[in-house]
Amino acid sequence: MDADFLALPLAALADAALDAARRGGAQHADLRVHRLRTQHLELRDGRVVVAADSETLGLAVRVLRDGVWGFAAHVDLTPEVAVATARRALDVTATLASLATERVTLADEPVHAGAVWVSPYDVDPWAVDVAEKIGLLTDRSTALLAASGVDHVSASLVQVKEQSFYADTAGTTTTQQRVRVDPDISITTVDRAGGAFESLRTLAPPAGRGWEYLTGTGWDWGAELTELPELLAEKVRAPSVVAGPTDLVIDPTNLWLVIHESIGHATEYDRAIGYEAAYAGTSFATPDKLGTLRYGSDVLTVTGDRTVPHGLASVGYDDDGVAAQEFDLVRDGVLVGYQVDRSFAPRLGLDRSNGCAYADSAEHVPLQRMANVSLQPDPVSDRPTSDLIGAVEDGLYVVGDRSWSIDMQRYNFQFTGQRFHRIRGGELVGQVRDVAYQATTTDFWGSLEAVGGPSTWRLGGAFNCGKAQPGQVAPVSHGCPSALLRGVTVLNTGSGS
Amino acid sequence: MSTTGSALVERALAIAAAQVPDAGAVALVREVSEAVVRWANSTMTTNGNTVERRLSVVMLVPLEGGTGAGVVTVPAPTGLADGPEGDAVLTDAVAGAVQAARRAGPARDAAPLPEPAGPADAHWDEGAEDTSTAVFARLAEELGASFRPGEASFGFADHRVTTTWLGTSAGVRRRWVEPSGSVELNLKDPSTGTSVWGGEGATDIATVDVAALVDRLRNRLPWGARQIELPAGRYETLLPPSAVSDLMIYLAWSMGGRPAQEGRSAFSRAGGTRVGERLGDLPLTLAGDPAGAGFADLAYTPVLATTYSGDEVSVFDNGATTGRVEWVRDGTVATLAYPRAAAAEYGAPFAAPTDNLVLTGGEDATLEEMVASTGRGLLLTCLWYIREVDPTTLLLTGLTRDGVYLVEGGEIVGEVNNFRFNESPLDLLRRATEAGATERTLPREWKDWFTRAAMPPLRVPDFHMTSVSLGR
Repeated sequence: MDADFLALPLAALADAALDAARRGGAQHADLRVHRLRTQHLELRDGRVVVAADSETLGLAVRVLRDGVWGFAAHVDLTPEVAVATARRALDVTATLASLATERVTLADEPVHAGAVWVSPYDVDPWAVDVAEKIGLLTDRSTALLAASGVDHVSASLVQVKEQSFYADTAGTTTTQQRVRVDPDISITTVDRAGGAFESLRTLAPPAGRGWEYLTGTGWDWGAELTELPELLAEKVRAPSVVAGPTDLVIDPTNLWLVIHESIGHATEYDRAIGYEAAYAGTSFATPDKLGTLRYGSDVLTVTGDRTVPHGLASVGYDDDGVAAQEFDLVRDGVLVGYQVDRSFAPRLGLDRSNGCAYADSAEHVPLQRMANVSLQPDPVSDRPTSDLIGAVEDGLYVVGDRSWSIDMQRYNFQFTGQRFHRIRGGELVGQVRDVAYQATTTDFWGSLEAVGGPSTWRLGGAFNCGKAQPGQVAPVSHGCPSALLRGVTVLNTGSGS
Repeated sequence: MSTTGSALVERALAIAAAQVPDAGAVALVREVSEAVVRWANSTMTTNGNTVERRLSVVMLVPLEGGTGAGVVTVPAPTGLADGPEGDAVLTDAVAGAVQAARRAGPARDAAPLPEPAGPADAHWDEGAEDTSTAVFARLAEELGASFRPGEASFGFADHRVTTTWLGTSAGVRRRWVEPSGSVELNLKDPSTGTSVWGGEGATDIATVDVAALVDRLRNRLPWGARQIELPAGRYETLLPPSAVSDLMIYLAWSMGGRPAQEGRSAFSRAGGTRVGERLGDLPLTLAGDPAGAGFADLAYTPVLATTYSGDEVSVFDNGATTGRVEWVRDGTVATLAYPRAAAAEYGAPFAAPTDNLVLTGGEDATLEEMVASTGRGLLLTCLWYIREVDPTTLLLTGLTRDGVYLVEGGEIVGEVNNFRFNESPLDLLRRATEAGATERTLPREWKDWFTRAAMPPLRVPDFHMTSVSLGR
């Protein structure tokens, strides 16, 4: 835990804010000090375009008075401002109370006094000189630019250190630090005479790791970068896909995003009861279907968790002061659970929140946000991806995420990918292009015939899952094995068919 | 704050000049005061009143072979410009930016900082302006009164006041205040499943007539009494201004000059760019204009202030005066976005991305008049979850949302299911057959990043709905 964060007057701010909230009649109040340090390096064709460090830091006070929330935040970290901020939060409840036709109650949570949690990483990215990072990105860019057919290279690294202190009127105090990195390299080939271009991006997902992720721990960069130019050349030469129902073997580098959009968001309880109806949307998986909705085939078992090592949504405690947990969302194809926070747990009839509250900065109020929502691998057999491909006579093997879009109820979706390899007779026989696949969530997961074994299971994820107004972003990972799905609708994006 | 943003800018620039006398320096302070309220199922869900203040230091450091750029942004609590503790923070920020610039090496977008267009702004030394949830007094009263059984109300209102101070070592001293705000309302009729949406952007939130907005939306709810199922396909479609704005915003975001010159954009073509290419028969002009292009509350301060370099903007251009840019003129691609260095490299005019977009050139017809002149077609409300499918053609996918209506014989005859579409905004400009009167609108999809837009409704004879969406 960084000493400069611990040196902030955290306890004094908490005492000041929480006392002011109590005196103002709040039945519950919490203070959060939130710091986000970000470094962004970006190179184009081996030259630095962006070298930027940024930091946000502030305090936030949330009060619950007579069942009505009030929230306020400020950049100044002094006890006087903490008191004033608590009073502004109380003022907000008074000003807007007429709009509150329902009253909020919070699920109980054991008190976690003095809890400290730090995410696992080997090398703090801030301990590495910027020159070393730029040097690594430059070397990789230079090597790729030297490859045949590569006209442009973009390379970037975003590293984040997030620190938070939480204290509430029940006596919980938590102090946490998380580190995450998002490296990304893409190459482009340009046909100037024909006026066309094509690109490919590395598959390495963002991860809750340190600088070691860039140098080989958790990802084989050498292997991926070596094959990238030839894969791009093959993609350019590839024929356009024939549209129609198609058997798909989907790699975890693509499937994580489908899980995120069609299961992760659909099992957020706040969405399911309409809290995001005017913005992010609702969910077809409404609470009246809990325990009965056939989400997919028997093979489909999905969990939510905030505990998986290196997961982007992994924490020790959420922003309601609830200890991180793992829980079921879909078991054997049936909807069995939701992600909730302390305010939604009682509405669902749960005694305790499963720990999904998060705010992306001091300026934003904690919301129910996504846990690491993950598809479980085959529990019986460690089937390799090649075994799933071998079960397909004529289909596609989908690798890497690209474009995505899903409707307001998380039902109708369309995805593309980095690469689509044609499968003939159980073998890969080259790429095709212009591919998108489109489906309805329950049809798609209903067509899930098999999943790969534990050895195929990988974490994918993103730094920037968006939700709420004002908009917030959250980092989240999704683990999944390779998967075999039958008869998914494939479009040709070139012809529009 | 006890010291104004101007004092902080001056102190940061003084420390920068002392550390590296021959470097260029930019100091940017932004204070954002924001009030928000959100509701769902006819009850308030979240709210807030927040104050954020940050200082960015951009150092442009001479190096062998050119100039490097580094940026550091730090929180700017009250008193940062006062005393040794504040100086230590500012010194570290400047040193960090200098180190980043040296590590980065010579930048391709390097250029001398723009000279000031005039003396320091008259209000340079004044403090920040703020807002509070008190601005929602009228909204709370009218909205609360609108909640009624048998109807569910959802929405969001925000009011944000941003005060910016920009100073550069070239002598630029600018301060400006930009209030912005919006009210979005979504009504649902549980008995039919019908959902309607409307929104308004406003710099003064108290001017928004929420009661009138509620009435307008309630007039649409009966359109859902007759539900009609239509399959995917190509339909004559009327896109209202909000839907047009979301497509034009994405188009404008894709108009980087360098990508087009390098052959890696939808605005590339064999041997060059698409500048000069006529898109369609309608004489439409898509422009950004700090003066507001005839819409007073679309105006913005014509000064470039950025902490990020990319294909369209450069930190070396901080302080540059920006002006009207016509991205598309009379139906022809006219301008691509270039920082000053890239503009010089390609012999193109400097054109910074604009903070508003106005599409003009249509007839005087209102959307209602265009409905009346429609034989059979679809009327949309807005678009959602727009994402790029193919960058070579700017093919986008997305969904219709909160009301698709079937028009027959000039009248709305019922509500249709939602659709997923796959369309390119470039192709839509090529195929549109009618544009109506331009009006102020709120982009549904991109509102978080872009609120200042005025668009006409468009008629597209063959809008491509690729599948049915059961989402409501």
